[in-house]
Amino acid sequence: MVPVEYYIILSAILFTIGVTGVLIRRNALIIFMSIELMLNAANLAIVAFSSALKSFSGQIFVFFVIAVAAAEVAVGLALIVEIFKSKHSIDVDQMSSLKG
Amino acid sequence: MFLSEATPSGFFFLAPWLVFLPVIGLLINIIFGGRFSEKVIGTVASLASGAAFVVSVLLAWSVAAGHGGAVSVPFAEWIHIGGLELDWTFRVDSLSTTMMLVVSGVGTLIHIYAIGYMHEDVRFKNDPGRFRRFFVFLNLFIAMMMILVSGDSYLMLFVGWEGVGLCSFLLIGFWYEMDTLARPSWANSNAAKKAFVTNRVGDFGFLIAGFIMFWAFGSFQFDEVFEAAHSVAPGVIVAITLFMLVGVAGKSAQIPLYVWLPDAMAGPTPVSALIHAATMVTAGVYLVTRSAELYMLVPQAQYIVAMTGAITALFAATIAVGQYDIKKVLAYSTISQLGFMVAAVGMGAFVAGMFHLVTHAFFKALLFLSAGSVILGLERGHHHAAHGHHDDHGKGKKGKRKEEHHEEEHHEVFDPGDMRNMGGLRKTMPVTFWLYMIGTLALAGIFPFAGFWSKDEILLDASLHYPTVYVLLSIAAFFTAFYMGRQIWMVFFGEARHEAAAHAEESKPIITVPLMVLAALSLLGGALNLPFEGFHNLGHWLEYTLHEVEALPLDLKVAGISTVLALTAILISWLIYGRNPLKAGQIDPLKRPLGFLFTGMENKWFVDEGYFAVIINPFKKLSQFLADVVDWRFWHDFVHDTIIAGTYNWFSNIALNVYADQKGIDAFANWLGDATQSLSGAMRKVQNGFVRSYALSVLLGVVLIVGYLILK
Repeated sequence: MVPVEYYIILSAILFTIGVTGVLIRRNALIIFMSIELMLNAANLAIVAFSSALKSFSGQIFVFFVIAVAAAEVAVGLALIVEIFKSKHSIDVDQMSSLKG
Repeated sequence: MFLSEATPSGFFFLAPWLVFLPVIGLLINIIFGGRFSEKVIGTVASLASGAAFVVSVLLAWSVAAGHGGAVSVPFAEWIHIGGLELDWTFRVDSLSTTMMLVVSGVGTLIHIYAIGYMHEDVRFKNDPGRFRRFFVFLNLFIAMMMILVSGDSYLMLFVGWEGVGLCSFLLIGFWYEMDTLARPSWANSNAAKKAFVTNRVGDFGFLIAGFIMFWAFGSFQFDEVFEAAHSVAPGVIVAITLFMLVGVAGKSAQIPLYVWLPDAMAGPTPVSALIHAATMVTAGVYLVTRSAELYMLVPQAQYIVAMTGAITALFAATIAVGQYDIKKVLAYSTISQLGFMVAAVGMGAFVAGMFHLVTHAFFKALLFLSAGSVILGLERGHHHAAHGHHDDHGKGKKGKRKEEHHEEEHHEVFDPGDMRNMGGLRKTMPVTFWLYMIGTLALAGIFPFAGFWSKDEILLDASLHYPTVYVLLSIAAFFTAFYMGRQIWMVFFGEARHEAAAHAEESKPIITVPLMVLAALSLLGGALNLPFEGFHNLGHWLEYTLHEVEALPLDLKVAGISTVLALTAILISWLIYGRNPLKAGQIDPLKRPLGFLFTGMENKWFVDEGYFAVIINPFKKLSQFLADVVDWRFWHDFVHDTIIAGTYNWFSNIALNVYADQKGIDAFANWLGDATQSLSGAMRKVQNGFVRSYALSVLLGVVLIVGYLILK
């Protein structure tokens, strides 16, 4: 059986990749994918603990996260489509009309 | 005197409806009257008054069935403070029911008459919308008068007393923005104010009487006051009764406060008949009769009351001789007749006074309403004549132009109430003529009309107890017959002195039928109290309340003298005005032989002018002085502007100099604003608009919090 630490390390690596993607990429779709990566890193950590602790509540939790992520994808993609319609670009640095 | 303790049988529980039926009537007219036709409005008001009459009849029947005992009907608690208990209680006894019957009976007839009268009046004055208001006021008056006569304490009496004063004011000033000839003017509203202010002087006396009464007896209730009156010094009673006389002089138009009543003729004629002849002005007589037990204790006060009445009776009768306005003659006649009543109750002849009050209500209402019918007839005639002229207009343009101008001028000055414009109305208005004749004969005191019996009873009492009063009243009776004769000859006989009189038209049945009822009452009203054994009906009836009633037999000497005087006066009036009827534009035939005496009568003995010189003008000067010098120059200019505003300015100059204000407070406020601005400028840079930098902040925040949680 794979020790739980390995899962955690994999999860941490995936999460860090996601954070880095959000921070350095300007393409909204890529940022979006990075966010998905972070969510799934978290999911991986939760099911790993769930399996290690022999508790199902973690797995149920993950189901919720997946459902919410699906909803979030729908909203997020709709936003990106609308932004593209008005700006003809999905570069997030151009979305700065609210700057102080 | 006792009040029946046990629940009295009969209809006494209906007493509050005396007040509330007219109030319901006026509320209906206020709320729904806008949608009603004139007939419905008039019917509602008349029914309300008629229902009050029915209640009065039932109450009178109940009193008679209960052998005249006074019954108190408690209705509502009013003021309870400590030991002081002032309630609204109805008192039903023979005296109050007599007044109720007169007020609601004559009142109902006048309501019916007013339907016809006001129908025409609002059209002459060009404002039909006021029809409803008139009936609302009239019903309010009936309600207030009922409060006055049915109260069981001086306080409730005073409430009604003030209420009828208000209604009088409202109705005198009914056409408040014009004069009696419908020209724009404040004459009517000035007359209303005069009535109100003069009454206020009288009410002041009444109030003082009330204060003394409360101070001496601790109560306003009739029975309690009368019982306690025996145990206080007579001086207190004298003070109470004399101050009360001031109130009586105000309300019942006695010297020196009678001046408002002639001016009150500015109101519509039904008002003159109902309020200023038949009912409200008799409130003073009722008050003295109600306070009989107080007056009986102090003969000095009685003497003053009797003399006031007698002098007023004579004085007003002389003025009536010199008047030209048909209603003014009747107004002075009313003052004179009220003088008779006040003299009677002053002498202690309460039954005679009340008797005259009742018969006078009949025949004076009849006279006023007939005068109203005459005025309407003349207005119709004038309208007719003017209309005829316009028809002629097309025939000769050149010649008629001048005449039409003349006619228009005429239109402005034509006074339908001026007897000099009348004459010969006997032929054009026969019904009104005969009704007027009945009223005149009753007022002049000709056998067997009602006025003969009641006036004779007063004269008889006077001849027995107060010879001076008797002489004064007899002369007044002579003048009464004379001015009424003069009026009849001038109005109804001779030839028409104005085209309006020539074209006058008779009034409709809605006007004449109530007059016929009143005429029947004027003819037969004497039967209430005939001076024969077994016929002193009113005397016995009032005896329940007044206790000591003298039933005098007919004295042929007194009756004979008064009849001879009246007939002589009518004969003289015929010699002067009847034999050679007045021509148009001719001056009064009495003017030359009487000289300055007639000028005095014509000008009301200059009493109004005297009041102006002695009271009103000095008062105006004083108010001018107070307003100009004391209020404006001293109080406004000096105290306010110089002292208060000056001091304030001085202080503000110190407080608001450049160091304290601009360099202190202003500088601080500006610094606060600048600091906020620069701070926000610095903070604004954080909001750089790059989503990724926000994300970095979130990450750093999360790292910080998680780091803190881990390393804690």
